[in-house]
Amino acid sequence: MQPLVEATDLTKRFGDFTAVDAIGFAVAPGEVFGFLGPNGAGKSSTMRMIGAVSPVTSGRLRVFGLDPATDGRRIRSRLGVVPQDDSLDMELSVEENLYIYGRYYDLPRREIRARIEDLIDFAQLGERRTSRVDPLSGGMKRRLTIARGLINHPDLLILDEPTTGLDPQARHVLWDRLYRLKQDGVTQIITTHYMDEAEQLCDRLVIMDRGRIVAEGSPRDLIETHATREVLEVRFPVGELEKAGPTLQKTADRVELLADRALLYTSNADSALAEVHRLGIQPESALVRRSTLEDVFLKLTGRTLVD
Amino acid sequence: MQVPGALRVVEANAIAYRRVWKGSAFSSFVTPALFLVAMGLGLGSLVDGGTGAPGFEGLSYIAFLAPGLLVASAMQSGAAEGSFQVIAGMKWTRIYHAVVASPVGTRGLVGGHFIWASLRVLMVSVVFGAVAAVLGAISPGAALALAPVGVLIGLATAAPMTAFTANRENTEALTAVFRFAITPMYLFSGTFFPITQLPEWLRSVATVTPLWHAVELARRVALGHDSTLPPWQHVGYLVLVFVVGAALTYRLFSRRLNV
Repeated sequence: MQPLVEATDLTKRFGDFTAVDAIGFAVAPGEVFGFLGPNGAGKSSTMRMIGAVSPVTSGRLRVFGLDPATDGRRIRSRLGVVPQDDSLDMELSVEENLYIYGRYYDLPRREIRARIEDLIDFAQLGERRTSRVDPLSGGMKRRLTIARGLINHPDLLILDEPTTGLDPQARHVLWDRLYRLKQDGVTQIITTHYMDEAEQLCDRLVIMDRGRIVAEGSPRDLIETHATREVLEVRFPVGELEKAGPTLQKTADRVELLADRALLYTSNADSALAEVHRLGIQPESALVRRSTLEDVFLKLTGRTLVD
Repeated sequence: MQVPGALRVVEANAIAYRRVWKGSAFSSFVTPALFLVAMGLGLGSLVDGGTGAPGFEGLSYIAFLAPGLLVASAMQSGAAEGSFQVIAGMKWTRIYHAVVASPVGTRGLVGGHFIWASLRVLMVSVVFGAVAAVLGAISPGAALALAPVGVLIGLATAAPMTAFTANRENTEALTAVFRFAITPMYLFSGTFFPITQLPEWLRSVATVTPLWHAVELARRVALGHDSTLPPWQHVGYLVLVFVVGAALTYRLFSRRLNV
């Protein structure tokens, strides 16, 4: 099947700064594809190029088989866009925001009215449909922005950091909505710096760091390839970690020393903890968990996702 | 057939305008009425009793004032369309970014912005003309004939103003433009008195302001006075200012929205 988005050596430069550095990827119809990386990794720049609002500096990019440089309007008419900030008209009502956006896509009035019913339902904004946007909660505004991005029944929905700044409950509601879209077969591209979001939502993802792709695969593949099955997190009081560090190195396959804690990568975290105790080290607290994408990122870049 | 994106932007502006039309209608109706009564009739009764300056012969002050005040109001309205609206779209609500992400694109956004601005200044000009006609300051025919002049000066102000606002991060500079450019133009471009009353050096400054050209045109249209330059030159100057401002706006919008 022809990929919906295909990039080779895709590059974006702002003056001397290279935001996206010759990356390549392909997104297949029906999949949820993620860009995981810290702020400044080049995720948003990539999204804006896919969205045909930001010109490609060099390399090749095709969206729906079209070149954004020459067919921007056609690409945009088939895309749904959920930008990082909501960019809603605060003075207008929920309905009016959807209606106006539908008109931008040249949809007939009656058709928009019908779609608004479905979208307000989808976004769970039924009680607020005629109220102004301004006083809505962050989660509601976000859901409205996603609904707005769906008004043209897009072939591809691109979401830039969809849950940044939302409280945990609002995030879960949003994930539920995005999962529902996936089940309806809507192809999605999502950027995020939350590894749990990437794990929850993405079929496949690339990890970006400083404009480059450092790894690619399904969340499970990435964890299996780059991390151990389990992780033991041990915390120490201030200053103690430096002393314990050298000894800890002997207790696991790989040990990452962070500011306040050490991460021990091992196939069996319980026995590693026993080993730590046997060596006479008494951490303040210890936590056994499974490896996550955060661990993959840490291994590949030596840094954490959220500073 | 695909309707140009610009018209969609106009439609969106019209929907947003429905929320504020009462306040807006108040200011575009009541303000000129108050000005015309206070300056035209009140101050005018003193002026008309005076000796009269060149340009005033046999003319009541309110008849002299009304055409100029109409285009000056259109200028203010054009400046408003090119300032706070624009910084809101760019920065506060960021709806411009959402428009550019849709098929409408930057070209449609800029086109729609100026079509909408021309409709707004047309409304202001028509309402002002009606008020002036009711007060007997101008003939109903002149009121109608002045509307296109109002649109011209409105656009010739909105375009450079929009270009200026395109890069702004806050309203400080905008307030300064209103204080140091729009208001002085309003007062000294021949609206309230002929620029022949100005000192020599200030007179040449006044002749490069778009408003002076619009005032000259307006008086010619309403009173049949000869304008200083042939009318096509006044029109040409205003069109030129608009075209340059609009081209600059497109460039600066692209630079900010399509990075």
